[in-house]
Amino acid sequence: MALIGKITGGAVAAMLAAALLGGSSSSSDRTVEITIHHSRFLPASLEVAPGTTVRFVLRNTDPIDHEFIMGDEQVQARHEKGTEAHHGAKPGEVSVPAGGTASTTYTFSKPGTVLIGCHLPGHYAYGMRGSVLVG
Amino acid sequence: MRRRKLVLSLGTFSFLLLAAPAWACGGLVGANGTLSLGKTATLAAYHDGVEHYITGFSFAGSGGAFGSIVPLPGVPTKVEKAGDWTLQRLLQEVQPPVAESFALRALAADGSAQVILETKVDSLDITVLKGGGAAVGTWARENGFGLSPDAPEVLDFYAARSPVFMAVRFNAERAKTQGLELGQATPVQVEIPTDNPWVPLRILALGKKEIEPVQADVFLLTDRRPALLPEAKGLFLDRSAPASPLLLQDLRSDSRMDWLPTSGMWLSYLRLDTTAGALGYDLAVDASGNGNPSEVDAGLSSLELPAPLPSGRVAWMAVVTLAILAVTAVATERRVNAWR
Repeated sequence: MALIGKITGGAVAAMLAAALLGGSSSSSDRTVEITIHHSRFLPASLEVAPGTTVRFVLRNTDPIDHEFIMGDEQVQARHEKGTEAHHGAKPGEVSVPAGGTASTTYTFSKPGTVLIGCHLPGHYAYGMRGSVLVG
Repeated sequence: MRRRKLVLSLGTFSFLLLAAPAWACGGLVGANGTLSLGKTATLAAYHDGVEHYITGFSFAGSGGAFGSIVPLPGVPTKVEKAGDWTLQRLLQEVQPPVAESFALRALAADGSAQVILETKVDSLDITVLKGGGAAVGTWARENGFGLSPDAPEVLDFYAARSPVFMAVRFNAERAKTQGLELGQATPVQVEIPTDNPWVPLRILALGKKEIEPVQADVFLLTDRRPALLPEAKGLFLDRSAPASPLLLQDLRSDSRMDWLPTSGMWLSYLRLDTTAGALGYDLAVDASGNGNPSEVDAGLSSLELPAPLPSGRVAWMAVVTLAILAVTAVATERRVNAWR
């Protein structure tokens, strides 16, 4: 009876932990859903604790393609000048097709600000950008 | 509701097909280049319930197809080739004729867009669509149009008032086959049932940076002095007077313009000279004499109910949209010169 109680209690604790973590996958601590609408990220900013791995689920409601690129200013500048047509192989970088959904995972290892941007021509200058405050 | 047609002639648009990558300039692009419009001229004529749009396209450059998508107030009843020199005659009325080249950026919910009319005018493939902003944008993208990042919002802005759009694809290769030269225009006339004239202006800013200039000439021909909205910085009413019999006679003598009365019309000429960031409105017109142009038509307030709009308003929007397509024909210039 005591063993059953321990097993049951452990299962309940595990379920609670999973619920608190928002149903995250085994490879991420948290899942964040971001909607892309009228060439804007919604939400455009969020906060996470250092060491957190976040799975971003992007939902594009626009009839045009977008992308979701995470990184510092150097990363953003590189993508702004780059010509890669498609992203998805690297964590924190993913192309989101018109009307479609995509996901990527990123680990925020140290305190600071991580920028977010879409670097299809004209999109970043139009205001398609955001940030994650790690701290 | 009494169906009224508005005759709207839009000014000349020259489409510059650049060799740059498709995304370089934003706006609506074809498969091989970028479409840009420097300045447009628009005529809206509204008489006895009839509305006509006259627009033309000209282009410069080389490459494949390119085009434009414009919002319409309603489903047009006719799309055909227009006369050659109506817009140029109007421009001459208010200022000396100049050779102008325009760059057009026009601009790409809710299911798929429905194709309700397709036709060809010379080298232009014209498709009238019905659908929400996202549906029309999707159709545009799937049919080779490039959309700038502001296109989703702008398309939704117009779709909230009317779900009708006109897509015009300019085929440079077909133009060559037909012997059309660079800078030569193909005028298009569209008839649309509507209650009141309405000229979409905000779409002229599509794909432009906030500080980029937007210029256009807007002509109105109505049965009486119209009431206009908004009174905005950058939109100048340069002339408001009875249209002269000579002007009406000249316009009537152009192809497919015999619907125009010989007298009794009021000519309004507005000059748009602003920046893309400041252009968040359209031109609402009350030609009924009641003095109540619609704030919704001007884009200053939104509709409470979803589209579709009353057929009359929809028609106006369609006419306005066509205005974007106007182009100055070489032949038109020749005729204008004959009047000098």
